[in-house]
Amino acid sequence: MTRYILKRLLMMIITIWIIVTLTFVLMKAVPGSPFNEERTTNETVQANLEAHYNLDEPYIVQYLLYLKSIVTFDFGPSIKQPTETVNDLLGRGFPISFELGIVTIIVAVISGIILGILAALRHNGIIDYLAMSFAVLGISIPNFVLATLLIQKLAVDWNLLPPATWSSPAHMVLPVIALATGPMAIIARLTRSTMLEVLTQDYIKMARAKGLSPWKIIFKHALKNALMPVVTIMGTLLAGILTGTFVIEKIFAIPGMGRYFVESINQRDYPVIMGTTVFYSAFLIFMLFLVDIAYGILDPRIKIHKKGGGE
Amino acid sequence: MKPRKTNHSPSPAAVQDDWFKWKEKDLSKAESVARPSLSYWQDAWKRLVKNKLAMAGLIFLVLLTVMAIIGPMLSPYKVDGNDLPNQFLPPSGDHWFGTDSLGRDVFTRTWYGARISLFVGLMAALIDFFVGVVYGGISGYKGGRTDNIMMRIVEVLYGLPYLLVVILLLVVLGPSLTTIIIALTVTGWVGMARIVRGQVLQIKNYEFVLASKSFGTKTKRIIRKNLLPNTMGPIIVQMTLTVPSAIFAEAFLSFLGLGIQSPFASWGVMANDALGAILSGYWWTLFFPAFFISFTMFAFNVLGDGLQDALDPKLRK
Repeated sequence: MTRYILKRLLMMIITIWIIVTLTFVLMKAVPGSPFNEERTTNETVQANLEAHYNLDEPYIVQYLLYLKSIVTFDFGPSIKQPTETVNDLLGRGFPISFELGIVTIIVAVISGIILGILAALRHNGIIDYLAMSFAVLGISIPNFVLATLLIQKLAVDWNLLPPATWSSPAHMVLPVIALATGPMAIIARLTRSTMLEVLTQDYIKMARAKGLSPWKIIFKHALKNALMPVVTIMGTLLAGILTGTFVIEKIFAIPGMGRYFVESINQRDYPVIMGTTVFYSAFLIFMLFLVDIAYGILDPRIKIHKKGGGE
Repeated sequence: MKPRKTNHSPSPAAVQDDWFKWKEKDLSKAESVARPSLSYWQDAWKRLVKNKLAMAGLIFLVLLTVMAIIGPMLSPYKVDGNDLPNQFLPPSGDHWFGTDSLGRDVFTRTWYGARISLFVGLMAALIDFFVGVVYGGISGYKGGRTDNIMMRIVEVLYGLPYLLVVILLLVVLGPSLTTIIIALTVTGWVGMARIVRGQVLQIKNYEFVLASKSFGTKTKRIIRKNLLPNTMGPIIVQMTLTVPSAIFAEAFLSFLGLGIQSPFASWGVMANDALGAILSGYWWTLFFPAFFISFTMFAFNVLGDGLQDALDPKLRK
């Protein structure tokens, strides 16, 4: 187990290093300097600006400086808003995005599992069909479309909930629904299919024969095994929710990291783009690492130190 | 030790001879086959046709393709035909799907969007297919050191956050149809490569491959003629699922302003343009692109599910 964790840790560092290098190379490959658009700057000003941001050094020095700044977790100043550093933006935006993400995951996992269990217990019944049609629809409707529809119906037409910003629990309802529906649908489908498989196993029949109550069978014996595939796809779901926050925060005007990221892209504010991308990637890769470790601990049947062969 | 008496050995008196009879052999039927012999593909197709939802998806996609080709020709309006006096007209005889904030015909733009979405989806799936099959095929077939190195690379690429890399590439390459497809496929082929490798790893040890090898068949030919046809099932399923995710990615990126740029139409661009208008009650500006994005993804998803069941040899009756 320790060997596996160390191996995964090394893998994680390599992946983050690749992202860091990739961002650097790509940003350098962009034609023109970030100061080119401002026609008012004369050449001396431009040279001074470039010296200020170390843009006049050779690439290799810039790269090393960049690596150093990443390791010390200092992403430097924003170019378009010189009074702010990338760290300021992250510090302000991340807690909000994190809150949105956590609430979304909790809602998606709980409702997805409940929906999946209900569908499996009433296999081929009306609940099953309803739940699964809902799930396929949930997978098919893009979150930004769902978000816009929710705003129009629930906030504008029926005036039930606030349409934008992030200040009270009521403000959280619509963005969380918009963001959680997709992952919820995926979890529901997965829980249903593994639940159906598990319910035919001998140990479930045994538990039934012993006369255990149906609820005890489901929650104590069946669900534990049915949840393993859900843990496996957690990584993919996390990535989806994380990128989902870009559009959701844009639509609902939530002052989170996703909105800063989108704004920095539109303004071509390279230090902010680089900083947020590296931060997002490192965060996500770390989460995937945790999911993998959790998976190894949760399922004793997996002997992870022998991994490396097949699928 | 005395052998223990088992319970299920019947006592001789209990079974009587007249319980059993010889059945006449009908030699005339010995050569007849119980059901028509079907190839794998015929059988799969038969099972797919029985799946109503998957067929509905397939029919929707065929109709959508036809409309993507002829739709824009059915209307007298141009995709970027601004007509400011006629902005936000509701659907009517003149403008079947209404007009948007710049007075452009939503009907025309919807079918242009269909072209873009289908093109992006299919191209992404095709490129993933070629790269993934070649890479996964070589890795799985060669095995050993080659496989190890090739799979380490895949593992690292697989760990990269997909949409973030795509966004980063688009920031650098600049938004256009070609760059979207490039960005989507730079790391997109990894999933396909993993599937192909897993399959090849399994099949390459079967006897018919060994037989082929013992005739001196070249590696390239073995991969092409023996291995790939037998891995087509999972590959096709993976391709059907790549298409909707590419369509979603294009809409998502266009919505963020990184994809197709207005005045050109893509469903993502149209949804983004509609964002302000929807609050003023101009529902049709959002409804049509949203409806077609959702239903196209829905159709591909149910078709993929249906194909998964139809192409699974274990489910063959």
